[in-house]
Amino acid sequence: MVRPALEQVWSWLGEVPDPEIPVISLTDLGIIRDVAWEGETLVVTVTPTYSGCPATSVINLEIEKRLAEEGVTDLRLKRQLSPPWTTDWIAPAARNALKAYGIAPPIDGTAADGVLAGRIARLTGENAAVECPRCGSTQTEMVSRFGSTPCKAAYRCRDCLEPFDYFKCI
Amino acid sequence: MAPSLSDVMTPDAAALAAASKGEGRAPLAAGSAEHDLFTGLTRLGDTTLILGHRVSEWCGHAPILEEDIALANMALDLIGQTQLWLGLAGEVEGRGRDADALAFRRDAWDFHNLLLVERPNGDFGVTLMRQFLFDAYHLPLLKALEGSTDARIAAIAQKAGKEVAYHLERSADLVIRLGDGTEESHRRMQGALDALWGYAGEMFLGDAVDERLAAAGIMPTPESLRAEWDRTIDTVLGEATLVRPASDFAHKGGKQGRHSEHMGHLLTTMQWLQRAYPDAKW
Repeated sequence: MVRPALEQVWSWLGEVPDPEIPVISLTDLGIIRDVAWEGETLVVTVTPTYSGCPATSVINLEIEKRLAEEGVTDLRLKRQLSPPWTTDWIAPAARNALKAYGIAPPIDGTAADGVLAGRIARLTGENAAVECPRCGSTQTEMVSRFGSTPCKAAYRCRDCLEPFDYFKCI
Repeated sequence: MAPSLSDVMTPDAAALAAASKGEGRAPLAAGSAEHDLFTGLTRLGDTTLILGHRVSEWCGHAPILEEDIALANMALDLIGQTQLWLGLAGEVEGRGRDADALAFRRDAWDFHNLLLVERPNGDFGVTLMRQFLFDAYHLPLLKALEGSTDARIAAIAQKAGKEVAYHLERSADLVIRLGDGTEESHRRMQGALDALWGYAGEMFLGDAVDERLAAAGIMPTPESLRAEWDRTIDTVLGEATLVRPASDFAHKGGKQGRHSEHMGHLLTTMQWLQRAYPDAKW
């Protein structure tokens, strides 16, 4: 079999939607860390978003399925933990897609660090920067640090009163 | 169609042969570097596993929906971290046991988790206080492990540390809100703190295994984590208007496999399926 060019493989993977947030792709999410040929075997390196993310096995299956459609069956999926995934790797265009889908995109610099001073600063100031994806208001409040999936927090808009998900920074 | 009971129970010879790779190998010799590493890794993985299981017992029972979701998500993080720690433990042991085999096929005396995490959930206040006492230790532990001379341990710690930073923020916030809340919530949080305090000290008690792992730069000594824990505890309890108990008495033994009566009951529930139907697949 002719080995497809790596750019071609990247573009196929760019068409695979995230199973939980189908408006963004696996490459948008930044979890595909490398694509390489080792002889006749295509090696795709994937990093998990959260160590317990239940979507991980579905993601692996979707990668296998998409590449099999293109005739790539000699495939090895490699898990890479380090460097750990960060929301900084989410592509800029994907942030807009998240917002349009009703999920407030992550705001850089708001990740939990377990330092209490930082926590208090975030509670008083930076939370206000999370915009309601529905009405655009910055009058929002956090309801819970954990939302519908491990990667999201539950928020509420004080203007339009709608609850929404915030894709939290890690 | 789901397989019938007899299908599930029929041994798959090929799979068993593959799984038994390394099974004939002798157990690791006590005191060897590999045995120390295996012990250290099961202490980490068993602690996240047992706490993850305990927290998951709340699923569908929490006082409000948001807390139910938060508890389930935290349990998920902890079980995910368990897969990494116990997966590595199995690899180090080299006898063909994976994370599932270690989680579901060992009995109480082979578990090396802290006694604190096997304490029953009690009311929401007890669960939350247990989480806070643990999170305030877990985060500095992972930060120290990021500097491990074992790159595999450093990578897992880096990953888990990001998740645990959120755990600590949540549990600290709620301890403050409920401690400095109503008379009833304050009474329950102080009661939870008093009841759990005797189980916190074990987190900082090292033994010979800890010493050898620390000397090799693989894991920190438990004692070295105490100062940061004390600072977090004092700050948060102060804001929460809760009184830190004076006693330094510490129940110990969990790390060496000596558990409370609660452990067997927990394992009975957690391991039931794999015990009744070995190798059953989802």
